[in-house]
Amino acid sequence: MNRDSNLYTFLFIGLLIVGIASILTFTARTLKPLQDENVRNEKMQNILSTVGVNVNREEAESYYNKFIIQELSLKLDGSINESLNPFSEIDLVKELKKDYNNQHFPLYVAEIDSKQFYIIELRGFGLWDAIWGYISFESDFNTIKGASFDHKGETAGLGAEITQDWFKKSFEQEKIFNDSGDFVGITVLKGNNDPGNTDKNDHEVDAISGSTITGDGVTNMIYERIKNYIPFINKMNQSVVMN
Amino acid sequence: MSEKNKNKSSFFFISKNSEPIFSKKNRQLLTDPLDDNNPITVQVLGICSALAITVQLKPAIVMTMSVIFVMASSNVIISLLRNLIPNRIRIIVFLVVISSLVALVDEVLRAYAYDVSKELSIFIGLIVTNCIVMGRLEAFALGNGVWKSFLDGIGNAFGYGFILILVAFFRELLGSGKLMGVQVIPDFIYEMGYEDNGLMLLSPMALITVGLIIWVQRSRNTKLIEEN
Repeated sequence: MNRDSNLYTFLFIGLLIVGIASILTFTARTLKPLQDENVRNEKMQNILSTVGVNVNREEAESYYNKFIIQELSLKLDGSINESLNPFSEIDLVKELKKDYNNQHFPLYVAEIDSKQFYIIELRGFGLWDAIWGYISFESDFNTIKGASFDHKGETAGLGAEITQDWFKKSFEQEKIFNDSGDFVGITVLKGNNDPGNTDKNDHEVDAISGSTITGDGVTNMIYERIKNYIPFINKMNQSVVMN
Repeated sequence: MSEKNKNKSSFFFISKNSEPIFSKKNRQLLTDPLDDNNPITVQVLGICSALAITVQLKPAIVMTMSVIFVMASSNVIISLLRNLIPNRIRIIVFLVVISSLVALVDEVLRAYAYDVSKELSIFIGLIVTNCIVMGRLEAFALGNGVWKSFLDGIGNAFGYGFILILVAFFRELLGSGKLMGVQVIPDFIYEMGYEDNGLMLLSPMALITVGLIIWVQRSRNTKLIEEN
């Protein structure tokens, strides 16, 4: 057949693409379980890291089962949806696209040395793309125990620094409620005159130079996500007071 | 003798007296890209990835291995198809072949080397646009046999990877005092006041390091010096 004819060209590219598509589909399907396993273990690793348990990915599952005593799916009014597994069935990306009143929010409860910690999943937007993470609270659901952040495409050396330990550390012991009990969140602020983050009652952490928008994204993310847990926190506190 | 038979016999003649697998010419296909015709330092191709992933040795090594795989296989595939590919769409065919090989590498890394794949994420995808791969397909594989194309692919990928690893070695050593993530500069040197050079971690220093490598290379390889 004439190699320069239109028919030959169409036939050639058609066959090539069908062949290549089958090879790629086959590989993707075969490797999918392994890839999912990696993503799952990494999620456990991240959740654990906020309560100070740093393990490698292979061990993540056993430690997760050991320390995480409850996985809850919360509704907007603070009640618990028992039929939904928050770890495997709530994908925060999809959840946030749903109608606001039908959203569910995952809450993980960890117990380490008979102390309880509450872990919340975060998701928001930085400068270029999505940012996400986990933040954990001590049993008062006010004082931050630890936080971990990750991002898809923040600027390396600037916004991407939110994944660094020193930035995460600056959240520790900060409080999300002010003295009169109102929810204020944590503000990532430049020039808050507290670069060492010694003042743990100012609801502020020092920003990273050159990443104002990523920092604002972290502020918003913390406020917007934790806001939805307020009804649950209030219920919890009330029951404590009543007891 | 008809034209056809003549062709046949001459074709047969060549294959009978085919050169040994590692003839001098074939060896040159492997060794030339390492020095005289290095893709990065001489042809100045593939600079973008040389800047981006040379902060640490490990990603540089994984990138090198991925590029070796992609270049060798794409060169072989294109060389096998070279008499079938319609000339008008050859660049599209190159792209389809390279990008599916890259997708394969990406899938395998995500399954077996998750951390590395996260670190390299977009750069693995960018192998598709790595000018070296495309260049070798167009300039070599399209006109040469399978074995030669395979050697050419391996040679060029090594030439690229060799510079990548060299740059990463200096950047990780001077930038963070480590190699492969393990601290190699002993603590007492830090106590004496030595500090890691943070500038080495930023991309411009990769360019400067490549520049220094080119300088060293040209000062000892006289073939590369242009006459004025």
